[in-house]
Amino acid sequence: MTARDAGSPLSPQRPGFRLYLRLAWRNLWRNPRRTLLTLSAVAFAAVVLVFMVSMQLGGYGAMIRGAIGVFTGDLQVQAHGYHAKKRLRTAIGDAAEVEARVATVPGVTAIASRAEAYALVSSASRTYGAMIVGVEPTKEPSVSTIPRTIRKGHYLSGPSADEAVVGQALASNLSLTVGDEITVLGQGLDGSLAVAALKVVGIFSSGVPELDRQTVEMPLASFQSSFLLGDRVHTIVVRTSGLEAVPHVAAAITTTLAQHRGLVVLRWDQLLEGLKQGIAMDAAVGWFLYTALVLVVTFSILNTFLMSVLERTRELGVLLALGTRPRFLSRVVVLESAILLLLGLAFGTLAGAGLTAYAGVHGIAFSSSEELLAQWSLPARLYPRLDLLSLTLGPAAILLATMAAALFPARRIRRLRPVDAMKAV
Amino acid sequence: MAQLALLLRLARRSVLRNRRRTLIILVAIGVALWAMIFFAALTRGWENDVVHNAIFTLTGHLQAHAPGYRDDPSVDHTMSTPGSAVIRLLDNPEVEAWAQRVRVPAVVMSEHDTAGVTLVGIDPAAERGLSFIADAVHRGRYLDSPDDHGILIGRALADRLGTGLGKRVVVMSQGTDHSVADLGFRVVGLFEGDREATEMAYVFVGRGTAATMLGLGDRVSEVAVMLRDRRRLPSFVARLRAAAPGLEVQPWTTLEPMAQAMVALGQAWIWMFFIVMYVAMAFGLINTMLMAVMERTREFGMLQALGMRPRLILTQVVFESCLLLAAGTVAGVGLAAGTLALLHGGINLSFLAQGAEMWGMGKVIYPAAAAGDVIGAVGLVVVLGVLSSVYPAWRAARRVPIEAITRN
Repeated sequence: MTARDAGSPLSPQRPGFRLYLRLAWRNLWRNPRRTLLTLSAVAFAAVVLVFMVSMQLGGYGAMIRGAIGVFTGDLQVQAHGYHAKKRLRTAIGDAAEVEARVATVPGVTAIASRAEAYALVSSASRTYGAMIVGVEPTKEPSVSTIPRTIRKGHYLSGPSADEAVVGQALASNLSLTVGDEITVLGQGLDGSLAVAALKVVGIFSSGVPELDRQTVEMPLASFQSSFLLGDRVHTIVVRTSGLEAVPHVAAAITTTLAQHRGLVVLRWDQLLEGLKQGIAMDAAVGWFLYTALVLVVTFSILNTFLMSVLERTRELGVLLALGTRPRFLSRVVVLESAILLLLGLAFGTLAGAGLTAYAGVHGIAFSSSEELLAQWSLPARLYPRLDLLSLTLGPAAILLATMAAALFPARRIRRLRPVDAMKAV
Repeated sequence: MAQLALLLRLARRSVLRNRRRTLIILVAIGVALWAMIFFAALTRGWENDVVHNAIFTLTGHLQAHAPGYRDDPSVDHTMSTPGSAVIRLLDNPEVEAWAQRVRVPAVVMSEHDTAGVTLVGIDPAAERGLSFIADAVHRGRYLDSPDDHGILIGRALADRLGTGLGKRVVVMSQGTDHSVADLGFRVVGLFEGDREATEMAYVFVGRGTAATMLGLGDRVSEVAVMLRDRRRLPSFVARLRAAAPGLEVQPWTTLEPMAQAMVALGQAWIWMFFIVMYVAMAFGLINTMLMAVMERTREFGMLQALGMRPRLILTQVVFESCLLLAAGTVAGVGLAAGTLALLHGGINLSFLAQGAEMWGMGKVIYPAAAAGDVIGAVGLVVVLGVLSSVYPAWRAARRVPIEAITRN
């Protein structure tokens, strides 16, 4: 196809897009070295951003899932005020009914009740303070990973057995092994002394230092009779079909429980406020770094755009003198930049996706900081998560910033005066 | 020398010939350096805070314990008070402060609630300059003497227990005879920690009172030492080990492995970011220099035809990029210095306190530019920047004169 077919820039009818494209493409490869360098700069930034954003989002996902999966759950139903002050008497009275109602809400995949109290735990030779949690042994495995992380022995066998499973660090502090007896000494609901003698049937290692250091789990029914709770519980832990479902499941539960006074539904981000804030903070540092990178790349390639116009001043002057419209020329220049950027971003995004996918399969090991990562409920091997958001967020930011930069030299063309331009060196 | 001065003048004029282009690349270099230095300063601020917290909370620069205490910090692993050889070492001018403590797990009960804590028995005067507690009491008073019968508890713990100044609490722990020892204390002071975790974790009583309660006599759990100069730590640890062969003497880096791991992580982050920023900036620099060279093909051809040596042309172009880098460095470092000066009061994170605590940070973070990082960033940008301009310079120098002049 010739230029005439597509509509010449000099002809009165509007030039076709193919003509723009052809001119832009030719201009681009007039100086292949410069074009390739610019392309590499854009591609490099895209690779870095795709990979880092995927790492970051993957890390946050792992952190949240890790933190809520171990013990907290996606959301909890509690008596009003219990989250702020964990008092024995701030309990849910009609627990069975509430639990039954919550179970009917769509999106709820698992549910279990717990009661909690702080008490003294004594072994034969040691005494420590610990959080005693009464759990439903049959339901607990569906809301918490602790039952699956029993290192020695087994999990609680029945709803009212006088048994306990103890966190590993606490067990070692108490010099306990499986089969030993412990005495739990606390305060019952009426203020009297609550005593329970339990047999240690298992020792768990949840990976969360805080839980392993200070948690004892025992059957809920035994807990309720020891602490004189009747059939009251403190939390009803709910798992949902996924993190995205949490807000509307929480809303649905709130509606369902409207007639039960004094109950609140708390989402994981309300229960683990530190985690939410920590992620927000890390994300803020991330945005600072990405913004700086995008800025530097933008200024790095702004020169390319500018020069490709400046060095053609004479040529542009001639074209203008021949009657070419400035708008046509500036469109060609913008199109040039756009092609360059899109090519670079395409390569960069592809390479970034490849790199991320590879890391997503094999994981990235932080062997020396395992303990540190565990503290942030992160596994020793991190898997970046490649999804539409992490794939497009970085490249889109680069495109926006650099296109804005590309408009700057294009504007110059409109101000060019043919005679002066033709005289330019 | 005169030749170099001439080249430098030529370079300066060339750089100023296209002001807009020069300005744009300066912004790229400046922003890159600013971001590098600022990020490094933030990371160092975080590290300093983690380390400061690790050292000042109770650890000090180093500690001595009875063997076994670290695995089982109970009354079963105590030691007698330091002997004269150790005292002589500790009382020397290298040591800023040192103190003995009783430190065991315990349970605190108010009339409302119970909490697990670490009971720390201190010599109130000796803790000054060693740990945070001497200056942390914000309501009530500090302890008077090792035999003070009062207790200091954290503000957050007081909240949680529903207790307060002047109220009584009962502390229970395991005594030396393996029975539960308990003692009532009056809350004489509430202390504030930089982190809520600190306020929840420790309660402080007099060392003598604690020893009496637990039946320890004059035995202690640990000796903590703060040196005047942290760099003397390895040698001091070695000397203390020699003076007290029966004890476990460990520096804070061993006692607080988390703080150490965070420092290592911070270091890795800084360098990763440096390299990414450098690469992003280098593309721009190389391209700019290439363009500056291309458009002057005729000029360089003419110079060569007039007898200027290719080597000098190469030098001139490298000088040009040196000038750009130098100006960019000044701009970037200046900008970073300005930003850090604005933030010298620290960045207040109390609105995100719980999140900050998750990363081991206190409520205020003080960005701190470390000389090493600034030199590293500037060195990386300047040295590698000059190296990457050799390619465009080489292209400029290798033109054959006739070809270059006739080319348009």
